[in-house]
Amino acid sequence: MTNAVEQESIKVIVFQLADKEYAIPVSHVQGIEKLMHITRVPKTAKYVKGVINLRGVVTPIVDLRERFELPISEHEETTRIIIISLEDMEVGFVVDSANDVLDIPSNSIEPQPEVVGSLEEEFISGVAKIDKRLLILLHLEKVLNPLK
Amino acid sequence: MEVNQYLEMFIEESKEHLQACSEHLLELEKNPDDLAIVGEIFRSAHTLKGMSATMGYEDLADLTHKMENVLDAIRNEKIHVSPEILDVVFESVDHLEEMVMDIANGGDGKRDVSSTVAQLKRIESGEEAVTEVVATTIDTPSVASVLEYDSFEQTVITQSAEQGFNAFEISVRLREDCLLKAARVFMVFEILEKDGDVIKSSPTVEKLEDEQFDQQFYVAFVTKESAEDMQKKLMKVSEVDEVIVANINQDKFSEKEYEAHKEVAATATLEEVATPAHTPVPAKSATPVKAEKSHAPVGNKTIRVNIERLDILMNLFEELVIDRGRLQSIATEVNHGELNETVERMSRVMGDLQTIILTMRMVPVETVFNRFPKMIRQLSRDLNKKINLDIIGAETELDRTVIDEIGDPLVHLIRNSVDHGIENPTARRAKGKPEEGTVVLRAYHSGNYVFIEIEDDGAGINRDKVLAKAISKGIVTQEQSFSMSDKQINELILASGFSTADVISDVSGRGVGLDVVKTTIESLGGNISIESTQDVGSIFSIQLPLTLSIISVMLVEIEKEIYAIPLSSIIETSIIRSSDIMNAHNQKVIDFRGKVVPLVFLEEIFEVPRKELQDDEFHSVVIVRKGEKLAGLVVDSFIGQQEIVLKSLGNYLTNIFAISGATILGNGKVALIVDCNALIK
Repeated sequence: MTNAVEQESIKVIVFQLADKEYAIPVSHVQGIEKLMHITRVPKTAKYVKGVINLRGVVTPIVDLRERFELPISEHEETTRIIIISLEDMEVGFVVDSANDVLDIPSNSIEPQPEVVGSLEEEFISGVAKIDKRLLILLHLEKVLNPLK
Repeated sequence: MEVNQYLEMFIEESKEHLQACSEHLLELEKNPDDLAIVGEIFRSAHTLKGMSATMGYEDLADLTHKMENVLDAIRNEKIHVSPEILDVVFESVDHLEEMVMDIANGGDGKRDVSSTVAQLKRIESGEEAVTEVVATTIDTPSVASVLEYDSFEQTVITQSAEQGFNAFEISVRLREDCLLKAARVFMVFEILEKDGDVIKSSPTVEKLEDEQFDQQFYVAFVTKESAEDMQKKLMKVSEVDEVIVANINQDKFSEKEYEAHKEVAATATLEEVATPAHTPVPAKSATPVKAEKSHAPVGNKTIRVNIERLDILMNLFEELVIDRGRLQSIATEVNHGELNETVERMSRVMGDLQTIILTMRMVPVETVFNRFPKMIRQLSRDLNKKINLDIIGAETELDRTVIDEIGDPLVHLIRNSVDHGIENPTARRAKGKPEEGTVVLRAYHSGNYVFIEIEDDGAGINRDKVLAKAISKGIVTQEQSFSMSDKQINELILASGFSTADVISDVSGRGVGLDVVKTTIESLGGNISIESTQDVGSIFSIQLPLTLSIISVMLVEIEKEIYAIPLSSIIETSIIRSSDIMNAHNQKVIDFRGKVVPLVFLEEIFEVPRKELQDDEFHSVVIVRKGEKLAGLVVDSFIGQQEIVLKSLGNYLTNIFAISGATILGNGKVALIVDCNALIK
């Protein structure tokens, strides 16, 4: 993941989830979609909302609020689906909003403080502090892992 | 060399020729005296040799050449066909197949075949020492002749001579202190290629380019220039010490070899020269071969299309199918006369288009079947059984996606029939059957399905033995066994962990095989059933869908959700009254045409969220089947029948209960496809 070029900074997509800001490296993001009709798939984990038709490709959708066991909120106008591609999987994440692309200097990334102490802790690969904003970097493999 | 563009064609054609070789060899084994067949094999082998030499696969060309020598000797009645000889020739064909596979997989087609080569040589020389002189070594007494020519090169030389070209063997020696040998070689070749064609060089061009030679090299060359002119021209290259240009003595090429090559070169007149005068063949046996051969090429104009392109075409068409669905639903909403008309017309045209695209991807099952005769031959030798394989309906066509998957299951089933089904000759005689067992491989179309049957006249399935075994392995219980039909018992051998052969042989494995066969076939949307009578034989019948990518489904609605049920598993739909539902233990059942059919409430299985409990008097039921068993799927309402494109759910969601895939509906939403097989136990 961190090769010579990214040593200096990594480009991330920033999204909001229950008033916190999270970040995913741009290289894993296929696109950001507005909320569309989700077809429920029975007998799957609770956080799997179902599948959508993403321009002809059937793509599974994971609600990150439920994945992190955060309080569930109604979907709003700002709600977005971030399409992630990891290895040979394509998955969409439902987030509260997503509207920022940032360059994070590598040296501002720190291991996550123990204080966070919630379930989402294990999904975090680090935190970055930029201009008083605290960005939580997600560990994508772990977010997707348990279903494999 | 620009060979890559020809590589694909080379591989394809090599496979065809090898296949022809094996087929004719099998034929020859049955009619060892029919020399016309040998001629056929010889021609295939010869073309293969020419092609592989051109493509630079020397090992391949070399082995083919050795095999050809033996065939030639047989053709000229110097050697008599015996099973031992055929074994060796079969082995060579196997090696050749491996080599071609290796090339197809990006390898260099090299393989250690020394033992086979030695055997071929022994056959060739052992029975008739003279033959060796004819083909392998043409040691001309002429001073300059260092090069040896294989028959392909000989043909080229002889033919060019007929067209007024001179054929020379040129020996070039470079100066001892020459520094840039490769560069000089290059210059020599440049001059040569300006005036004519280089046929062969020794060492090979690659070695020359790598400077892997001493000072001297030899080139066989055809040109219209005279020997003197060529010599002068070549001497102009600096650092060249000596150039000797000598005529190639064509008389040394055996007349016979040449004959043979003329046939190949002049394919148009192939049939006439097929059997040269010096191999007297009874006219009777030659005619059927000719007749068979001659109608194949006529009226069969085909082009080779890369499979990838067909796949792309299919994908694009699938997109269209989705949009058609969308247009149809819009048209129904708008209900505009002209729009409806256009949409209807478009649907019809697309229906035709779909048929054409699907048939384009159809491949005859022959491509799978044609490896079996050889396999049966090998198996019958290994097991000391006499087996005759009949193939019926090899021209039946199936979608390529199905063809790719069906090979292994069929291998398993045939091995099973040969190993467990057909008895050994002694046992067969004792039962009053002919010593030779028969396995029939049959393929035919019926409706939207293709059936493949493997029938043997062997021992059949021993009902009691199977039951005892199944009970001892815990596959069924004693109580269950009483209520089982013969067919159900037969099908127990498809359960995992089952092997009835008393001695486990390496032929049909350890009882994992048939269970895998069943799973594979079911995953293809197919079915397998067994009919068997003890001591008379068994029939394994496989039912397969014609295609896997576009299927017909019945769309049903549960609350607001839409599910698709494959039409292939639906028997019929019906509306039942609540009062018709009966309870058997904890299972709700209905009486459907005299049969007790269990009900499956899809809303419970799929945990469909309901705002309010509804208590309808009537229920919509889709009766589906899996083999002999039926079940009634209860839904809210039927929407209708539609052609849909199968899509996978991707790699994230795998193994979802009772869902086999998804599709995109006309309104752009995703609908899930119900896997009826999972719902019926």
